[in-house]
Amino acid sequence: MSEPMRIRATLQGDVADVRILMRHPMETGQRKDAKGEIVPVHFIQNVVVAHNGRTVLDAQWSQAVSRDPFLGLRVKGAKAGDKINVTWVDNKGDKRTDEATVTS
Amino acid sequence: MNRRRRTLLELAAGTGALAAAGLFPWASARAATWNKSGFESKAATDAIKNIGAANMIDSKDIAITAPDIAENGAVVPVAVTSRIPNTQSISIIAEKNPFPLAATFDVSSGLEPYASVRIKIAQTSNVRAVVKADGKFYTSVKEVKVTIGGCG
Repeated sequence: MSEPMRIRATLQGDVADVRILMRHPMETGQRKDAKGEIVPVHFIQNVVVAHNGRTVLDAQWSQAVSRDPFLGLRVKGAKAGDKINVTWVDNKGDKRTDEATVTS
Repeated sequence: MNRRRRTLLELAAGTGALAAAGLFPWASARAATWNKSGFESKAATDAIKNIGAANMIDSKDIAITAPDIAENGAVVPVAVTSRIPNTQSISIIAEKNPFPLAATFDVSSGLEPYASVRIKIAQTSNVRAVVKADGKFYTSVKEVKVTIGGCG
């Protein structure tokens, strides 16, 4: 149902610079559609990032995060070939997981 | 053959409607760790209280990277870097948003205490970063002027 994330993890020394682009409408519940009806609130609530299976970031979001969210983080002690795994869950219970490999 | 196809279509339509009904937010369980009281606070002071940060210390060791003037409030890049040792979490609060608390990042020791995200800002307001480190709360603010609000 949801589209894949774009994850880029590039090594800078022993730190992986991770940039994640998710596809999600991130509706605030304040916006009205063409018919003047409020578009129901629909947004990513939790994002978990794991480095080689170990959770490094656990984020909680509100509807204030922009549509098609961008998330940037820096993972310490990374090596080329390491796995970065990202999972998001939205307020309707939809979820998506994608994985990327750290490149030098 | 044609009749069978019709039945299948009807079945598909039926399940679609059921799935849609199940998707209403109030019917689904929220993720356990989501700070409902914090995210549903309508005033910045309440949001701060609800993330447990009633007593905050102003700190110069928190850097907020955000534009001085955001032309489009719907997409404002905000990055927070903490230089406070043992940073446990970073929260971002857009003080004049309808729901000020935008995000909380629980960072482990496997991360640099940094998070970058793009948020909506309804109107010109302070963007506040609240950092939890060693159980204490530290804060810093930066004003962002918004030309076109991001919550419409």
